[in-house]
Amino acid sequence: MSTAATTANSTTTDSTATSLATTSSTLRQQVLVLYLANSALDSWVVGWSRYDGTGRTTPTSGDSDEPPYETGVAALLDGWRLIQASQLVPPSPGHEYDVSFLKHEFFFERIVDTAQPRS
Amino acid sequence: MEETAKTTPDAGRRLLSSVQMARFVARGALRLDAVVPPEMNAEALGVLADGVPGVPYGTPLSKAYDQGSFVARLLELPQVAGAVHSLVGPEPTIDHHAVHIREPRGGEAQPLHADAIIDVRTDAFDVQLMYYPQDVTLEMGGTLSVPGSHLRRTNESDTGRYQNLRGQDRLVCPAGTVVFLHHGIWHGGRRNESDVVRYMFKVRFNPQVRQRLLWDTSDVDDPQVRSELDAHFPWYEQASGRLERYNRVMLWRELTGDDTFDLDHWVTRVANRPQEPAV
Repeated sequence: MSTAATTANSTTTDSTATSLATTSSTLRQQVLVLYLANSALDSWVVGWSRYDGTGRTTPTSGDSDEPPYETGVAALLDGWRLIQASQLVPPSPGHEYDVSFLKHEFFFERIVDTAQPRS
Repeated sequence: MEETAKTTPDAGRRLLSSVQMARFVARGALRLDAVVPPEMNAEALGVLADGVPGVPYGTPLSKAYDQGSFVARLLELPQVAGAVHSLVGPEPTIDHHAVHIREPRGGEAQPLHADAIIDVRTDAFDVQLMYYPQDVTLEMGGTLSVPGSHLRRTNESDTGRYQNLRGQDRLVCPAGTVVFLHHGIWHGGRRNESDVVRYMFKVRFNPQVRQRLLWDTSDVDDPQVRSELDAHFPWYEQASGRLERYNRVMLWRELTGDDTFDLDHWVTRVANRPQEPAV
């Protein structure tokens, strides 16, 4: 992950995290990355990626034209937990007009119990 | 603005218009649907399956392919030859070419990437021709590309984390379609979910002349030019979208020699540094 990022819940020691550490656990992580129109979490989704630790789906490049949520907050409302957000980094002197990577990247996670039937 | 370098199409070559060039500058891509005739598309399937022998880097276009060969005939088609001339000028060199084959129900999607390595030239660009000899359906995994991504300064597959962007182009096209791409555009072959082998032939051209006014400039003052250059793409962040306009203006100035051209004052405003003392 990017070094230019902050991590939320980095000291989490709840039962979920503990369970994940056990080899017999059936809990798996799903990751959702949303790219937003500005640095506000309730702004418009302009890009998205998904990674599925359950193995039930295999998301990949160019597999959909419609985002899973319209805003970052909409993902929260659906139960995703924000675990990382891009920092706001000023442009380097002399490169103020350069365009490069998407700036407003938000990582979310959801823990799924693979022992339960698929919803 | 400088004197027009070339405004009259030569026989057998159909130059791009200013509107088409503006579209290329904004999108980083220009698509010409079904410009290759059906009999050549049928021939291409065999030619591409057999492979096209490579040519050394930097071979002049006129010396790269045997006269009468399939690739030579492809590049001599009026619309193809005209687009190549308009974008990179006369006698570009061949960087390389490649046949891309996506097996049915196989393979993985490529991560979103720009070809070669990071390339930050602001006064020159390479162009890649992509030729599709078959009808390409969504299931066949036609090339994914991101309109307006070509001016982003990123290196090769560092963008692989981005799976989908609003307004992305998942190519679906009729047989004989040729797409020209700016070297910096983000793209990738998609997973082929169909039962059909998909073929694509790619050629990268390096310009050997200054890329200025090489197209049919008779419509350079058409208001549609400005509209094309001002295009917004849904994946742009609000702030970076404005910088995209700034960078497009700078590229259009390079291509036309008109250093007063602007869109909504974006460049003029931030370049205004008066030196005259107040009276």
